[in-house]
Amino acid sequence: MDTAAFIMFLAIVALTLVITYWASKKNKSASEFYTAGGGLTGWQNGMAIAGDYMSAASFLGIAGSIALAGFDGFFYSIGFLVAYLVVLFLVAEPLRNLGKYTFADMIAVRFKAAKIRGFAAFNTMVISIFYMIAQLVGAGALIKLLLGIDFATSVIIVGILMTVYVTFGGMHATSWVQIIKAVLLMGGTLLISILVLHKFNWSVIGMFDQVKEATPLQEKFLNPGVRYKDGLDTLSLTMGLVLGTAGLPHILIRFFTVRNAKIARSSVVYATWIIGLFYVMTIFLGFGAAAFVGNGDITAADQAGNMAAPLLAQALGGNMLFAFVSAVAFATILAVVAGLVLTAAAAFSHDFYNQILRKGKATEKQQVNMARCASIGISVISIILALFAQNLNVAFLVSLAFAVAASANLPVILYTIFWRRFNTNGAIWAMVVGLIASVGLVIVSPNVFHPEAGKAIFVGQPWFPLTTPGIVSIPLGFIAGFIGTMLSRKKGKADHQVEFDEILVRSNTGMGNTVM
Amino acid sequence: MGSKPLTADRKRQKLTPAQYASIARSDQFRKLIRAKKTFLIPFTIFFLCFYFALPILTSYTNILNHPFYGSITWAWIFAFLQFVMTWALCMIYYKKAAKFDKISDQIIAEKVR
Repeated sequence: MDTAAFIMFLAIVALTLVITYWASKKNKSASEFYTAGGGLTGWQNGMAIAGDYMSAASFLGIAGSIALAGFDGFFYSIGFLVAYLVVLFLVAEPLRNLGKYTFADMIAVRFKAAKIRGFAAFNTMVISIFYMIAQLVGAGALIKLLLGIDFATSVIIVGILMTVYVTFGGMHATSWVQIIKAVLLMGGTLLISILVLHKFNWSVIGMFDQVKEATPLQEKFLNPGVRYKDGLDTLSLTMGLVLGTAGLPHILIRFFTVRNAKIARSSVVYATWIIGLFYVMTIFLGFGAAAFVGNGDITAADQAGNMAAPLLAQALGGNMLFAFVSAVAFATILAVVAGLVLTAAAAFSHDFYNQILRKGKATEKQQVNMARCASIGISVISIILALFAQNLNVAFLVSLAFAVAASANLPVILYTIFWRRFNTNGAIWAMVVGLIASVGLVIVSPNVFHPEAGKAIFVGQPWFPLTTPGIVSIPLGFIAGFIGTMLSRKKGKADHQVEFDEILVRSNTGMGNTVM
Repeated sequence: MGSKPLTADRKRQKLTPAQYASIARSDQFRKLIRAKKTFLIPFTIFFLCFYFALPILTSYTNILNHPFYGSITWAWIFAFLQFVMTWALCMIYYKKAAKFDKISDQIIAEKVR
């Protein structure tokens, strides 16, 4: 075990626990616990969104993908960023104007039926847990590589930490862990990028020339087509990436931590700049690793290339920089899983417990207590699932979460805000069909069934040829919402539905929102 | 990018469905929705087309494989332009949204007393 790395890991843990202790005194009410009282500034929330979003998959996965596959590795970076235009233009402000604590709140403003809130909360939990399993499996593998602690112990350590942050610190601790992580990640990435550019004599053109010579792919490294050979598969992936973000519940919950839609908007603008700068720098990480670590050493440390960034740090700055970058990766994981636990716990305690079971009558104390219990429950379930999922491909789990978010959440969000005729039946169809289509298509995809043994969970012929379901399941979610609406139009608005005029006025002006 | 809670207290009031309906039919509110639509619809279509053009061109053609300068190919230039496009649209929207806010503040000031 590397001593410097170990000390830096401990420093990160200590810092985050101090924040949690400070935050724990603030969590008196449900609003403090779920949304930090809605008191973050645009700048703080922008940093927190960036910290919530830039996962270990981004930092380690994309750096490795670019180092090994060149241009194709960069596709994720582009999709992850452009997605913020969907968030900014269509989702962030109406969501803030209508909702209170969760994504389900926003849908429930228009559709009062308990089953609508139930399905929205269920989808939130499914997506968050899928995403969390991916992060935990990645965390376990990473800590094993970095510190030599075995997989199960690593997952349990991360699991305990995330439970502590959320249970004691709520959204205050989660937000500040995310903000600090964003600073560390941007700082670390910037430092490596500068060192890489320095090594290339500050010439980007020279960098492209040298990398081409350094990789076994040569010319092909700089051209698309190394990894994504099937056009439909590439389109399906890129569609899931660009539309998924606006349906990811742990991103959506971050718009309730500010006072109003204006600040929600400015926080997305800050986040877009930070996230964009980060993804531009993934080029330097990937190219640097390809040139100064080399294909052989990257794949020797980890087949998927996840060790490219830490190895690059070692090549550029020795053990200290290696330790620092590893600690940054660790902080990255902690911040993301904390956000996920809080989101899933809020869906359970606010939507299922308080709104559905107690009809909104639980006291503040009962709500916070239930939220704490839910955080522990969600964490335990995720840790157990992650221990069983050790051998699953992490990138596949992340893309699954994005596809479910885009297929099951985005249609119902957009229809709720923009479509006058949309009704309860349509909302249920959109959520149920979106969820079943995206999860179902993954189950029959080459990720689960592969003709060659060892490439997937089962040996066999996949029924669905694409590795990501987006290109089929996202349109299905929209079509289902449309058909469901049309089939029940004659019943009128018998089922506890608020007039669209009210939704239109409230989502565009923020009038009538109970939390300011 | 600060914000003032100018109408915070007024906003908090619950209105009746009839009041919402009358606001929705008012000229000011229609102006707001029209202004938003005029901006959002074309810009959303534009950025989605610009975004999907990249995977479509890389998957079905080789035209982006040609060199732009030295070893840098057009694919990288187009990819970088996606970033420039995102940041630019972000700032354009931010500017534009300040105008939407003005109309919306007027609506709140007029209709909620």
